Amino acid sequence: MQILEVRSLKKSFDNTEVLSDISFTLDEGQTLSIIGSSGSGKTTLLRCLNFLEFADSGLILLRGQKFFDANDAADRSDKAVREKTRHFGLVFQSFNLFPQYTALENVCLAPKLHLEKGSKEEERAIEEEGRILLDQMGLSDRMDHYPHQLSGGQKQRVSIARAMAMHPDILCFDEPTSALDPELTGEVLRVIKGLAAKNTTMIIVTHEMSFARDVSDEIIFMDNGVIVEKGPAKDVIDSPRNERTRQFLENYSRNA
Amino acid sequence: MLATVTATLLGGFLTTLKLFALTLLFSLPLGLVISFGSMSRHAILRLPVRFIIWVVRGTPLMLQLLVIYYGPGIIFGNPFWNGLGEGRFIAALVSFVINYSCYFSEIYRGGIQSIDIGQYEAGQVLGLSRSQVFFRVILLQVVKRIVPPISNEIITLVKDTSLARVIAVYEIIWEGQSFIKGAGIIWPLFYTGVFYLVFSGLLTLLFGYIEKKLGYFE
Ligand SMILES: Nc1ncnc2c1ncn2[C@@H]1O[C@H](COP(=O)(O)OP(=O)(O)O)[C@@H](O)[C@H]1O
Ligand SMILES: [Mg+2]
Repeated sequence: MQILEVRSLKKSFDNTEVLSDISFTLDEGQTLSIIGSSGSGKTTLLRCLNFLEFADSGLILLRGQKFFDANDAADRSDKAVREKTRHFGLVFQSFNLFPQYTALENVCLAPKLHLEKGSKEEERAIEEEGRILLDQMGLSDRMDHYPHQLSGGQKQRVSIARAMAMHPDILCFDEPTSALDPELTGEVLRVIKGLAAKNTTMIIVTHEMSFARDVSDEIIFMDNGVIVEKGPAKDVIDSPRNERTRQFLENYSRNA
Repeated sequence: MLATVTATLLGGFLTTLKLFALTLLFSLPLGLVISFGSMSRHAILRLPVRFIIWVVRGTPLMLQLLVIYYGPGIIFGNPFWNGLGEGRFIAALVSFVINYSCYFSEIYRGGIQSIDIGQYEAGQVLGLSRSQVFFRVILLQVVKRIVPPISNEIITLVKDTSLARVIAVYEIIWEGQSFIKGAGIIWPLFYTGVFYLVFSGLLTLLFGYIEKKLGYFE
């Protein structure tokens, strides 16, 4: 079943068009990866989906319903954005964990602040779920550690748990392993594969081509703010139809 | 003699303490308001605020004391400050509050602007409101960063209070100096130094404690 439809999304920064006419769909439980060279607009696309930027024009539909209309000012109000943003989660390249909170507190902060009244039982239930999430991330012995006491890979796994705790419909990742030492990327990629195996709906911007091939149902190749090619993961990586995709993948495997 | 000197100096020190405490009471919050002004998106607010900060930080506190004490009297007719009872003390307090608010505002601004934008974005993406982001995510990180520079500024304030004597506020050094003329002895002046040392020593311990308390995160 289709969960997300992006229709003709456009975004410019000071007269430079960064996203030109982006359209795609995503089915529930599927994993979509976005690849493309640096500066092609991948981060901007994720930021538009998470309302850290507002698209200049275009539509976002969720489960077939109009969700965000760039031309409707009401969709940009603080309150509307707060409501909408909960349907999407975003895992940042640089983690952005809150340094003054432990791993568990990082995971539980937002769910607790969203409680209407916040009874002791509700808070305990949130903490219980937080523990389960961190446990799934392989961090059961790191729950009470502060971010500065964690390795990069552990930090990123905490930030994945933090995003999961809000139960987003769609979880987005912006190069989740790019800030990590090479030997730490594996533990993060494994966790994301685990999520894919449980049919979490995900959009992943990544430079890890073999990971993208393994984990994704579909892959989008972006260049200069347009979707050049979209197709089943193995087809795009193994036998790209478009010349630009082929060139990108060739450069990539030469440098890797 | 020691008892007389001690009693006199304590009287002066009380004035010093009062000036110190009231200056902090008003300038710590006022500084935050000024820092928001200096970061405003609206140039019509930001530029005048920055100009005032530049003037206040770029001229001696001594000069500001004299201008604020004598200025209004000359403009509005004498006696301006004395009409308020403890006029000279209040003139000194006003000068100190203006001066220190501007210094604090720059420290706050530096602290707030040093927080990574990613902290705000992470909060927003999790659906937190602006005030939740500020109070639950940003504020403590700012506090941690500004404790050292604020401590420095506060220790400086302890010593700066002695400048109030130029408009005849009888703080501790004024009292100590009176013994030179009156009794021909200089040691009370050294004795005032002991008061400053003990007081700034205690403050240093306090700030060290706060820094340690906030040391649990980075
Ligand atoms: N806030 C911004 N202001 C101006 N230009 C921006 C901003 N954000 C991104 N850009 C520009 O948009 C283009 C696409 O950036 P980005 O979405 O980060 O690409 P990618 O993630 O694919 O590397 C780049 O040329 C970048 O310089
Ligand atoms: Mg990017």
